[in-house]
Amino acid sequence: MTQQRPERVRVTSPWTERPRLHQRRTATSEIDAQSEVGEIYLRTLLRAQLRLALAVLLGLALTVGMLPLVFWLVPWFNEHHVLGMPVSWVLLGFGCYPVLSLLAWRYVQRAERNERAFARVVDRS
Amino acid sequence: MSPALGFVAVLLVTVATLAIGTWGLRFSRTTSDFFVASRSVRPGLNAYAISGEYISGASFLGIAGLVLVNGAEMLWYPVGWTAGYLVLLCLVAAPLRRSGAYTLPDFAEARLDSRAVRTASSILVVAIGWLYLMPQFQGAGVALRSTTGMPPWAGGLVVASVVLLNVLAGGMRSITFVQAFQYWLKLTALLVPVVFLLMVWLGDGAQSPADSSVVVEQVSGLDWSDPIDFVAGHPIYSTYSLMIATFLGTMGLPHVVVRFYTNPDGVAARRTTLAVLALLGCFYVLPPVYGALGRLYAPDLVADGRGDSVVLELPARMIGGLGGDLLVALLTAGAFAAFLATSSGLTVAVAGVVSQDVFSRRVEGVTAFRLAAVVAVVVPFALAILARDVAVATVVGLAFAMAAATFSPLLVLGIWWRGLTAAGALAGLAVGGVLTGTAVVDNLVTDRTVGWTAALLNQPAAWAVPAAFATMIGVSRMTRHRAPAHAARFMVRLHTPESVQLQRD
Repeated sequence: MTQQRPERVRVTSPWTERPRLHQRRTATSEIDAQSEVGEIYLRTLLRAQLRLALAVLLGLALTVGMLPLVFWLVPWFNEHHVLGMPVSWVLLGFGCYPVLSLLAWRYVQRAERNERAFARVVDRS
Repeated sequence: MSPALGFVAVLLVTVATLAIGTWGLRFSRTTSDFFVASRSVRPGLNAYAISGEYISGASFLGIAGLVLVNGAEMLWYPVGWTAGYLVLLCLVAAPLRRSGAYTLPDFAEARLDSRAVRTASSILVVAIGWLYLMPQFQGAGVALRSTTGMPPWAGGLVVASVVLLNVLAGGMRSITFVQAFQYWLKLTALLVPVVFLLMVWLGDGAQSPADSSVVVEQVSGLDWSDPIDFVAGHPIYSTYSLMIATFLGTMGLPHVVVRFYTNPDGVAARRTTLAVLALLGCFYVLPPVYGALGRLYAPDLVADGRGDSVVLELPARMIGGLGGDLLVALLTAGAFAAFLATSSGLTVAVAGVVSQDVFSRRVEGVTAFRLAAVVAVVVPFALAILARDVAVATVVGLAFAMAAATFSPLLVLGIWWRGLTAAGALAGLAVGGVLTGTAVVDNLVTDRTVGWTAALLNQPAAWAVPAAFATMIGVSRMTRHRAPAHAARFMVRLHTPESVQLQRD
């Protein structure tokens, strides 16, 4: 066959801006379409973030949240002095803030890690 | 001290505020600039601005006064005000930013697709905003009277006018710079004098204010320094109720939430919150020191009922002379900045809601915002003049309780539970609003001090917040079939990191 065949021309609809490429279902499209798979992806992230938030808030409840009960039940904190003030006063006036900042710092670290892990899983699939 | 220095301090803060506001104006051109600084404020600058806005007169003057008069149990206030940001960070910060809404009513409408919930939220934003603005104007009056001798209404008028001028001129964008400046001013104004005061105290033999020999108004230092010693007589209940109000209320304050939309994305919103926590922690260790020193050097203020002015009085009493006067001037500047910053933030937040929901149908963009700002300032200023004098921190505490019983369940359930329905949200907002509103009215009208009724009404959060949560969940379950169709889609948007590209609508 020496006769040259005309070159194949791809015909596309004039309404699409570019020829449609072969579409693979990606994780983001699964999430967009709210398919069952997408639902699982998102639910995993949501669970992880909620568990983290509750863990940090539990930390808050067990540290700062316990102070009223501790001061009430253990008179030692009131009777002993640091820097001229009772231990309870020093804990409440100065000691709470580093604890709060530390909890917040841990939370931000972990939350960003959760999101990076989620982004990795979604990009890979 | 001479009133002249006080006047100069107030004048300098006013001029600096207006100057920075005008400088910021060069960047404000569009309606979006006025509302949310076009969502482009860096976390660092934004954190200074949020802290600067958050530290109100109640923090700057009120805590020291409360500690002086009532003792260590008042230290729970600053701790709660800071811990509120941790709760906000964990439950709300990033999803709220990702929701893409500007105000709390915007969020409610986008999440629940209901005009009724939007209207209820708007009413609550205005109520909480005015409840918080009123004591700012009153407190400014008290502060200016003690340093410059002006009549009480004049101080409020000065603050109201400067806030209005600044908001009218530049909206949110210039407010960002102004408030970042005011955080530093407030921190410096408390930090520098405290160094000198502590040196004087050490020179005087460093007597402990918690010593049993220090007796003020028949209360010995021992009782004063006990953190569980409420006058009302139900210390454990009151302390925990205050904790609930402050921990959960912060996320529902209109001027706090509005600032989160100025972050570029959810990650930045989290980092901003972390920085805010650290900045607040640095500030809040200072006011209690003034309260404690006041026990030794200004005990007569307790009997006079002028505890709120202890911060402004100490330098003159302990140091005196020109040095003392200069320190008082610095503190006056800081206090004035505190009233200005919080009032500006609240005005922008309330005006944002009023202009979008009331004026937007009649007037366009920036004009609507400016009209709304006038309304947002004039009403609480009138209330401040008419209402009876209530301690700044008491009213602010009630505003926190109201926010905790209304917007906190709406935000937490709206962000984490897809089963929330419009009917449930509406019922919960109504229950929380009515319960805390009753407590507010009771506090403003009558003066209870003893017994369970007083404890329950002074600190309503412990019962009003669970009631609001329970109503919201219960009614949502009963109207399950009416859950908004796009709830799942909205949750996707709230929780997906920006690095993952979805077809966001």
